[in-house]
Amino acid sequence: MIRTVKTEEIARNIKEMCIEANHYLSKDMDTAMKKAVQTEESELGKKILNQLQDNLKIADTETIPICQDTGMAVIFLEIGQDVHLEGEAIEDAVNEGVRQGYTEGFLRKSVVKDPIIRENTKDNTPAVIHYSIVPGEKIKITMAPKGFGSENMSRVFMLKPADGIEGVKNAILTAVKDAGPNACPPMVVGVGIGGTFEKCAILAKKALTRSVDEHSEIPYIKELEEEMLNQINRLGIGPGGLGGTTTALAVNINTYPTHIAGLPVAVNICCHVNRHVVRIV
Amino acid sequence: MDIHIKTPITEETTKDLKSGDYVYITGTIYVARDAAHKRMIEALEHGEELPIDIKDSTIYYMGPSPAREGRPIGSAGPTTASRMDKYAPTLLDLGQKAMIGKGKRTKEVIDAIVRNKAVYFAAIGGAGALLSKCITKSEVICYDDLGAEAIRKIEVENFPVIVVVDREGNNLYETSIKEYCREE
Repeated sequence: MIRTVKTEEIARNIKEMCIEANHYLSKDMDTAMKKAVQTEESELGKKILNQLQDNLKIADTETIPICQDTGMAVIFLEIGQDVHLEGEAIEDAVNEGVRQGYTEGFLRKSVVKDPIIRENTKDNTPAVIHYSIVPGEKIKITMAPKGFGSENMSRVFMLKPADGIEGVKNAILTAVKDAGPNACPPMVVGVGIGGTFEKCAILAKKALTRSVDEHSEIPYIKELEEEMLNQINRLGIGPGGLGGTTTALAVNINTYPTHIAGLPVAVNICCHVNRHVVRIV
Repeated sequence: MDIHIKTPITEETTKDLKSGDYVYITGTIYVARDAAHKRMIEALEHGEELPIDIKDSTIYYMGPSPAREGRPIGSAGPTTASRMDKYAPTLLDLGQKAMIGKGKRTKEVIDAIVRNKAVYFAAIGGAGALLSKCITKSEVICYDDLGAEAIRKIEVENFPVIVVVDREGNNLYETSIKEYCREE
């Protein structure tokens, strides 16, 4: 059965999701942040985590964005193959949703039209959109506005197969150490292993949208996620990078088959806001 | 140690500030980030005057979200300071005394801090809503066309920051991490 979805409905949802993601922490992140206040060993670190709790309350009750960097809108659209889209082009509808969300929601316009000429587009468009076609008759929208304090500290490493899992661990630790205070720790670390140069980066980005209380279904990857979180929290970076035992809240790793000659690894670092909102239309 | 200070931040002020101190700032400060810094440095290169009074000034590296009606400013947390590293030594040599941002600085900036008896504070990254409550007034004073990157003059009240690099060159990002590092 073919199901018709109007693209204006996608636009309306995206508009609301831009505003929601920038004012309210998702439930998984909220739980992780509250737990961190209890476990942080540094006094200054605890003070910072408590202030971040106050910040979340103010954002919620007074409708002020959690962070002034309300991000570049990154959107994953998983479109069921039995969906027929009706109305204006899907890309235009998505950008219209972003335009309305960022304008009506008093969110910062942080996008420049050209990376060298750098003139602001004044409505935060265009979004970065990742489409995939999946079975079914629904559309899953994942909205993950990404701030650039942490985005700038993200890395792609083209490792050799001989580097193996130790190489992957070193890559993750190198990226986190280099990020330090710049990425607004406590961070969430999204990792993509395998695929090609661009595939591993998308895997890492997608990993950030996974709930921080869920692990990979692959047993050895789940172990790697736990081990890396433990090792990262022994680096001493801490909340705000001012020392402590809470440097990361989660390490989420996605994998994909790769070429006999390669071992691509992407580390996409996100701050403690790690905005992600999901809706199914 | 908790310290309350008033702007302008001068050599007198910085002599009592030590890396790790928790400081509350009250008074007038400027707000500028990437594009505004680039323009200020270009103005100097063309022999023009700076649009702000640089002597004993404090510059907050920040680009706010738009203010809702009846409020002075939107969300207003610090941006990454390292992007201003290329420009900061020139402004410090001209008399700027304090920088507020987040994240690491280069050796050139730290040398300029020591040379000019200045200070680098960190505000809490990602606490833009909380920090906006300490801002009582905000006015764009130039480069309006830069939108969120325009230069602003703001009034702050008990604005919370932490001394990261003091005028002796002590760097909290290096010392505090060592204390909690348990790498095997």
